[in-house]
Amino acid sequence: MAIEVRVPTILRSYTGGQKAVPGSGDTVADLLADLDTRHPGIRARLLTEDGALHRFVNVYVNDEDVRFLGGLDAKLNDGDSVTILPAVAGGAGQRDTAGG
Amino acid sequence: MLTLDAAILDAIVAHARRDHPDEACGIVAGPVGSDEARRYIPMVNAARSMTFYEFDPGEYLRVWREMDDSDEEPVVIYHSHTATEAYPSRTDVSFAGWPDAHYLLVSTREPDVTEVRSYRIVDGAVTEEPVRVVNATVDSTAVQSYLFGHDRKPVDYECRA
Repeated sequence: MAIEVRVPTILRSYTGGQKAVPGSGDTVADLLADLDTRHPGIRARLLTEDGALHRFVNVYVNDEDVRFLGGLDAKLNDGDSVTILPAVAGGAGQRDTAGG
Repeated sequence: MLTLDAAILDAIVAHARRDHPDEACGIVAGPVGSDEARRYIPMVNAARSMTFYEFDPGEYLRVWREMDDSDEEPVVIYHSHTATEAYPSRTDVSFAGWPDAHYLLVSTREPDVTEVRSYRIVDGAVTEEPVRVVNATVDSTAVQSYLFGHDRKPVDYECRA
């Protein structure tokens, strides 16, 4: 099944500079495995060592954040559009050292 | 160096003041590759926190699509620190995922002086850069004093109050 994957600037080094690449898979996890066969390394940028979706990225299926769709188990259908964005977050946090 | 229109800087600082003591956040978009911060887009802090900010995923996707459709990118990503200095925290650095963006930090910890500093954050390395404000109009009733950290000295900056 054909799924369009929109890729942010920071990951375009894996896609030869392309903004969008085709992929396939029944779930987001399958899709990332499929992408990694043609764009080696991209999967490791999106997943933690434990294989969970990294908190530093947002992945959307069409208009929905996959965190609300079952994460990596989120189901995909032919014609879906998947968008990957770097999460924008931060803040002063609990600082333990000056300037940290 | 970050070049920022005075009206946009005013809007960013006003947003940070309005949301204080929670952190405020947003984007200034510009044409891809231009390094020109043109379109001010305040964002919701989905965390609504005094120590953390996070773009709302739905709003972020909508805004990003608008930018992408108009060949824009986030030239500036700003947020406020409300009790500490305008310097990227460890959390800020770990999340920084737009290597071409200027990360603008605004500190609202002092009620009368707003500290404004800009950084590049690439692969975990933080580099401070000067901020140049353009199109500032002179206003004898200026009420806001800005501190641009890179200069290490206070600058009385005239703003439309």
